[in-house]
Amino acid sequence: MDAFVSLAHGLTVAIQPMNLLFALIGVLLGTAVGVLPGIGPALTVALLLPITFKLDPGGSIIMFAGIYYGGMYGGSTTSILINTPGESASMVTALEGNKMAKAGRGGPALATAAIGSFVAGVIATAGLAFLAPYLVDVAVQFGPEDYFALMCVAFVTVSATFGDSPVRGLTSLFIGLLLGLVGIDILTGQARMSFGVPDLLDGVEVTTLAVGLFAVGEALYVASRRHLVEEKLEPVRGSLWMTKEDWKRSWKPWLRGTAFGFPIGALPAGGAEIPTFLSYSTEKRLAKHPEEFGHGAIEGVAGPEAANNASAAGTLVPLLTLGLPTSATAAMMLAGFQQYGLNPGPLLFAERPELVWGLIASLFIANVMLLVLNLPLVGLWVRLLAIPQPWLYAGILVFATMGTIAANPSVVELMMLTLFGIMGFLMRRFDFPIAPVVVGLILGPVAEGQLRRALSISLNDPMVLLQSPISATLLVIALIALILPFVLKGMSRFKATED
Amino acid sequence: MESPSSRRPDVAGLAIAFILLALAGLIWWDLSRLQLNAVYGVGPKAMPMVVAAGLGILAIGNAIAAFRGDLPERESLQWQPIILIIGGLAVMMGFIHFGVGFILATTVLFAATAAAFGRRAFLVDLAIGFVLGLIIYVVFSKLLALSLPMGPIERLL
Repeated sequence: MDAFVSLAHGLTVAIQPMNLLFALIGVLLGTAVGVLPGIGPALTVALLLPITFKLDPGGSIIMFAGIYYGGMYGGSTTSILINTPGESASMVTALEGNKMAKAGRGGPALATAAIGSFVAGVIATAGLAFLAPYLVDVAVQFGPEDYFALMCVAFVTVSATFGDSPVRGLTSLFIGLLLGLVGIDILTGQARMSFGVPDLLDGVEVTTLAVGLFAVGEALYVASRRHLVEEKLEPVRGSLWMTKEDWKRSWKPWLRGTAFGFPIGALPAGGAEIPTFLSYSTEKRLAKHPEEFGHGAIEGVAGPEAANNASAAGTLVPLLTLGLPTSATAAMMLAGFQQYGLNPGPLLFAERPELVWGLIASLFIANVMLLVLNLPLVGLWVRLLAIPQPWLYAGILVFATMGTIAANPSVVELMMLTLFGIMGFLMRRFDFPIAPVVVGLILGPVAEGQLRRALSISLNDPMVLLQSPISATLLVIALIALILPFVLKGMSRFKATED
Repeated sequence: MESPSSRRPDVAGLAIAFILLALAGLIWWDLSRLQLNAVYGVGPKAMPMVVAAGLGILAIGNAIAAFRGDLPERESLQWQPIILIIGGLAVMMGFIHFGVGFILATTVLFAATAAAFGRRAFLVDLAIGFVLGLIIYVVFSKLLALSLPMGPIERLL
């Protein structure tokens, strides 16, 4: 098997002491930000981008992936203990997990979340390792028109198909595409949307946008409605360990959650919310004691947490093989690759196999580290929740501005950070999704480049988009994915009925 | 959710639609100033046209949503914390523009944000912000060689 050999090579890279250290830093940071409300993995990677600029690319990317996985583990702790999910993917965990914590079963809830995340993470990473070579073989045959069509699929699925409102999702995407226009056009050297401001000629920095939307926007939003919510930390009482009964009730949901999470994450379908909701409703239907749901059923924690982690590994499949980010964190990781001049895709597998396979192998190691960090040491992480909220958010803003100034020491950059922060605040208030903006900014210029390359090869014949069977199929998929949510308006309502 | 009988258009929703329309107009105005170069393939104007058209259509979509009351319900909000945080950021920009330096700018931002989240011990928070700024400056500027804005305090270090 090809994948075995590559993976074995990757393992020799991953166990180098420096890379182990990077992975450890990544999972520590990731767990911390997952536990802390208000910061997610996407923001953390965004903040680290300017700082890691001078470090070794392989190590930094291993660290970013560790943050992604760690954030998924850590998020469950917050959901279970204070019922304020750190990110939307942990929303479902809070439903049953917080009830369990209130009933004095917080320990087993944390344990089933951590072990389930581990099982799902390992299986899904194995899935990534074995699927990637096949996808790379397919992707090698892609021409520019096929890449353009593929990005159209990603644009539509990330923004329209699975959100609450396709109109608001597409609005977010087009704001991102608009921001992607800013700067000098690479092919003709003309300045677009720059209005004579020299700072805009280089385009909008991905880090400034992401940090503004995620950090400043979140701080403004939480501060403005602080008077409405009261957080209560449930202490972990009783045994941390799962009983035999808990194990018996957990292992099937773990596997089913993985089966939902990995494929949905791997398809360019965006986000971990869908598989967690699917897993929750499936477990509710299959449970021997459905009446326990809503009062702390362990299946309702085990399944969604596994789905959550499996989908995180799944999103790495399109990211690494096609260069296609389908979540905000994946988009920031793509920006991480780009800052070293690396472009994920089939070429990267051919030219830098040690980097790609080292990353994949290190994900297995990261999962083991995370299991150790999250099971016996969960008490330490819970203490992070004792940081007073004012200092936490003040610290977040200090680091946010520091990262922005470090990337580009100019007042204009800070002004843009503030503007994006206000935009992030308004988007949260009016329920516009954030991820499509980031994806639009990163992928927009790439898609434009591929389209223009395709058209210049075909001497301006737009039919090239339909003559390639791959591109034609993908464009049809994009069209269906665009129209479907308008036709099936009920689809967005299934969330409401689950609550 | 409001009952469908009360068909009052959502003013904020209409404002969003109007902003989108204005953005579309801005792109159109900007692209009309681009020079036409003879290039193979589509030129630099195609993508802005697509984005402007898309924003125009979405402006209509958002306006319809505003009229139908499709926007989510908003909770009451407090303006004071928002003003404090944005004010802190504004002071930071001013400090950096006039060469007061990174550490003092950080001090003000930290204290302003903490106040926005309900802290009343402003002087304590100023002290914490100062120490935090100092540590960050030393770690990132000296150890990682990032260039952070200099001021009188930074020059002493």
